[in-house]
Amino acid sequence: MGKRVGIEVSIAAADAVAMADVDVVAAYPITPQTHIVEHLSELVAEGELTAEFIPVESEHSAMSVCCGSSAAGARTFTCTSSQGLALMNEILFIVPSMRLPVVMILANRSLSGPLSIWNDHTDVMSVRDCGWVQLFVENGQEVFDHVLFAFRVAEARSVSLPVMINMDGFILTHVIEPISYWDKEAVERYLPAFEPVNRLDPDHPMTMGAFAMPGIYTEARKVQNDALIAAMPELIEAWEKMGELTGRCYRPVERYAVEGAETVFITMGSIGETVSIAVDRLRGQGRAVGLVKLRLWRPFPFDALREALKGVRRIIVIDRAISFGGPGGPVASEIRSALYGVEPRPEVLNMISGLAGRDVTPEDYIAMYETAMAAEQWKPEDYVVFGARE
Amino acid sequence: MVESERDLRCGDLEVGCVVSQPGNARFYRTGDWRSFRPVVDRAKCIGCGVCYLLCPDMAIRRRADGTFEADLYYCKGCGICAAECFTGCIQMVPEEE
Ligand code: SF4
Ligand code: SF4
Repeated sequence: MGKRVGIEVSIAAADAVAMADVDVVAAYPITPQTHIVEHLSELVAEGELTAEFIPVESEHSAMSVCCGSSAAGARTFTCTSSQGLALMNEILFIVPSMRLPVVMILANRSLSGPLSIWNDHTDVMSVRDCGWVQLFVENGQEVFDHVLFAFRVAEARSVSLPVMINMDGFILTHVIEPISYWDKEAVERYLPAFEPVNRLDPDHPMTMGAFAMPGIYTEARKVQNDALIAAMPELIEAWEKMGELTGRCYRPVERYAVEGAETVFITMGSIGETVSIAVDRLRGQGRAVGLVKLRLWRPFPFDALREALKGVRRIIVIDRAISFGGPGGPVASEIRSALYGVEPRPEVLNMISGLAGRDVTPEDYIAMYETAMAAEQWKPEDYVVFGARE
Repeated sequence: MVESERDLRCGDLEVGCVVSQPGNARFYRTGDWRSFRPVVDRAKCIGCGVCYLLCPDMAIRRRADGTFEADLYYCKGCGICAAECFTGCIQMVPEEE
């Protein structure tokens, strides 16, 4: 394995993209993602990375360029946050429908308004149904590993879909962490050359992104959905292969102290580490509590989730976005749906917390646990906007 | 070779729905969109071909007798041919008639 360094996670993420020998980077700077593309532009300017760095005038153009370059057979990367994601929305949905393996880091930040630059998951939840493989990482090492993972999975000929890595803004992008780099040989073994399924080629003309009449649109959408679901074995294999190479094992659903747990937290992203501290303390007091972390959001890991929650009576889902006028948070709503047919069906309480960078400490999670345990009867629609001063 | 996109099944679609078969837009039954159809009074048609030239969908074909008529598989019923015909021999007739 390569060197282990203390480094800002954004810089390490950019280094991982460079190690993947990316061909095209098209991006527009937006806080808190800026350091990633800024460092990539430096690597290109200094000749350390041979790639086209395309400084576009907006995120709509960034994703459009990515769409074109990936269609031409170039390994393609972009990165954005919040409003930038909102601006690229139109093209975001087209990339997977064309089965183009673009890789994007989304440095998660709250959506306006009120205007905020801080971290939560309101940006990614606004594009839940865009058709990308979507995963969440917990720390800097996971970011580095998953850049290489994302290219491998996206470009696998059986998958050929874009992959979005969700990385908490500031909490991960702007901190310095110890990160084990991969050496060149490991990257070469893990990530084969990009052999696109379709490529724009004057010698073999084809139409990409064509119009579809009502007589075929339904079939096109079903095929796209099937392809995303069918990506699961490739995702698992890519994680297993990484485990062999690096000793770090990842799964679609991660468990922490779930042995004998009656109550579990469910988290996504960097807060998993904070909740694990709360779980350790509660376990120290003899409380039967554990933690389940959703790493993979799309395709949704139904089987792995049900397996991880076997025997659990109560679930506290931490959501970092609100589905306005709906069932509380989007994650809890999907967990409830996934568990609807499970007998006996666990109770689900939804805690919406940590919006726009509001600090949530282990003590807060312990308080959420106490609130949950004190609730006499949970109703399926229950949710709490934790910490809101009323 | 399919006759219409309605004959295609999920398994027939290429990855990313790319179209690698050239010229298959001709299977689009754009005639479905029509609410008026052009009817030619063949006795008056002088075979000048103006309708043929000006139809935006290239939906007009020449018959063996030298007159021209719309191919209703494609004709969208825009009425341009009727408006441009010198002899006024094309009438737009509502589809329900
Ligand atoms: S009505 Fe329009 S589409 Fe139909 S034949 Fe005439 S010009 Fe062409
Ligand atoms: S424009 Fe009128 S007269 Fe000329 S070919 Fe067409 S239908 Fe006949």
